[in-house]
Amino acid sequence: MTSRLSVRKLITVICESCLEETITTAAKEIGASGYTVSDARGSGAHGLRDGSWPENANIRIEILCDEVIATRILDLILDTYYSHYTLVTFVTDVGVLRPEKFQHRAPSHER
Amino acid sequence: MSDPVILFFILGVIAGLSRSDLKIPGVLYESLSIFLLLAIGLKGGVALAQNNPGELVAPIVVVTLTAMVVPILAFLIASYGGRYGRADAGALAAHYGSVSVVTFAVASSYLTRLSVPFEGFMSVFLVILEIPGLLIGVALARWSAGNTRWAALMHEIVTGKSIVLLVGGLIIGYVSGEAGLSSITPVFFTLFKGLLAIFLLEMGLVTAGRIADLKKSGAFLITFGVVMPLISASIGIVTASLIDLSVGGATLLATLFASASYIAAPAAIRMAVPEANPSLSIGASLGITFPFNITIGIPLYYAASQWLLGASI
Repeated sequence: MTSRLSVRKLITVICESCLEETITTAAKEIGASGYTVSDARGSGAHGLRDGSWPENANIRIEILCDEVIATRILDLILDTYYSHYTLVTFVTDVGVLRPEKFQHRAPSHER
Repeated sequence: MSDPVILFFILGVIAGLSRSDLKIPGVLYESLSIFLLLAIGLKGGVALAQNNPGELVAPIVVVTLTAMVVPILAFLIASYGGRYGRADAGALAAHYGSVSVVTFAVASSYLTRLSVPFEGFMSVFLVILEIPGLLIGVALARWSAGNTRWAALMHEIVTGKSIVLLVGGLIIGYVSGEAGLSSITPVFFTLFKGLLAIFLLEMGLVTAGRIADLKKSGAFLITFGVVMPLISASIGIVTASLIDLSVGGATLLATLFASASYIAAPAAIRMAVPEANPSLSIGASLGITFPFNITIGIPLYYAASQWLLGASI
């Protein structure tokens, strides 16, 4: 079973819900094949974010991709958002089935 | 202050401050805000159908122009009085220049309870006043910064749920007229106050959650949150007398001028002026100005409108 798994990167971004559209659009432009967004709540450097007020809630964006794309997405997040927005980003190695789905492809405008 | 909807708000504040496990689910909040926006739009549309919309053009121009003074004043007060930087002062200006739909709803429920008549087309002003204050606030914040994506910002504001639902409701109400709407009147008009009460319960919880922010931001912001609406309400009442509104209409216009946005503005400002600290402007608009307006402000604006427009009930 495990022999069928290939290693890919899983980027997890926990951020303000207002960033959903800009981050996911940018990730797709960079070459990620997709993403998953879910509502999140928790507590951290910015206090309790309990999600009770939707206008000011947190979300979790997950992106499965290869290392090339992962690096680009992380660079973008670091350059664009860390100075003014509240977010936590981490990357883990995960085993995926059908790895070709999460392979670097030329971004849509280069094709 | 026996208006039950205000008591629901106070219940929410008390529950929040006492760390009750009471929570209004996010989806209910979203659903209720969709309901309130549509209902207000529909009401305005029905009123519009009974008037000649052409007669509203001149008042709309006057109101839009005088309303532009509010964000500029807010910016100057926040910059010079509060010594805030351009971004934070601009964010405050945008919040105070825009309007709060729920404050408007509470004010109309206040007037209805006292049987004070008001012009039904007031919700047209609500729609109109959402936008310019926001744009002026962003412009003031980004004066020299250059790279503002105005097209994206306009898209965000104009296609935001509050404008879509208010304008949509206005049009549906206008096209259908009172008779045409009668089949959905029970949902949108009869249930209005009860659902507003639940919404205010949630607003009380949210407001209680902002109080921690206020402790950090100090005396200036708290003073600003009370003084700014008083100044803007005065401008609103003077404007109302210029365009010959009734006492009820003047009260509503003063409330619109005095109210600070906490739905459209925070989202738009977060994207357009990311360097502004959101807890300042949301803390002031939601933590101070909103509760001030619905408890003390609205009765005060009503009294002032009665005094200035020389009418009595």
